[in-house]
Amino acid sequence: MLLFASLAERAGTRRLEVPVGEGETVRDIRDRVVARFPQLAPAVPTLMYALNEEYAREDAAVAAGSTLALIPPVSGG
Amino acid sequence: MLIRVTDAPLSAEEAAWAVASPAAGAVNIFLGVVRNTNRGRAVSHLVYDAYPSMAEKEMRAIAEEATARFGLEGCAVLHRTGRLEIGETSLVVAVSCGHRRESYEAGLWIVNEVKRRVPVWKKEVWEDGEEWIEGPESLGMQQAPASMRP
Repeated sequence: MLLFASLAERAGTRRLEVPVGEGETVRDIRDRVVARFPQLAPAVPTLMYALNEEYAREDAAVAAGSTLALIPPVSGG
Repeated sequence: MLIRVTDAPLSAEEAAWAVASPAAGAVNIFLGVVRNTNRGRAVSHLVYDAYPSMAEKEMRAIAEEATARFGLEGCAVLHRTGRLEIGETSLVVAVSCGHRRESYEAGLWIVNEVKRRVPVWKKEVWEDGEEWIEGPESLGMQQAPASMRP
C-alpha cells in the first residue's frame, strides 16, 4: 500500500506490505491499515483510492500483488 | 504529447517546442507559479508530493481528452514535485491548435482537470508552521466530485 502527503507523515512511512485475503476489498485492507495506524482515521472520510494506478471504489476487490494507494483530496497545480 | 512529473525545474520553452505544429495558429502556455501568500498568510515555500506514475497516467488521459474535445495539434502537461520557492513554476500546460479561442479554453480546462484529479499534493510552509493542503481550493470545492468518490 502507498501513502502520500499528510498520510505518509502521520504513518511515518510511504509504503506498507499488507497481506490480502481471499475476496477482500479496498475497504477491508484500509480498515486493517487504519487499525494499525489509528492516526490515519481522521483522514478516512475524505479519502479516495487507487488500485494499480486507477481510481477505485471502496468495494473494489483487491487481488494479491496489487498496488493500493490511499489518495487524500488532491491539491496540485 | 509531452507529459512529465519531475523534481527538476520546468521549462516553458521546452513545452512550447513540444507542441509546435505547422497546423497551429495559436500556442497557449500557462504557468502555475508559487505565490507568496495564501488565504492571507505569508507563504515561505511549498513542498509538492505526488504519486508520479499515476499522476503521469492521469495527465496523459487529460491531455488526450483535451485533444479530442478541443481539436488540439499538440499538448504538454508538466508538473514539478519537491521543494519550490516563491516564483518557481509548479505546473506548465501548453497547447497548440488552429485558433486562439480554443487554445485558451483548452488551457483552462486542462488546468482545472489537473487540479481536480491528478494525484499531487502541496504543503504550505509558513514562518511558524506548515500544513498539507487537501482539495483544490481554487475550484471552490474541498472534495473531488461525487463520481470520483467511493
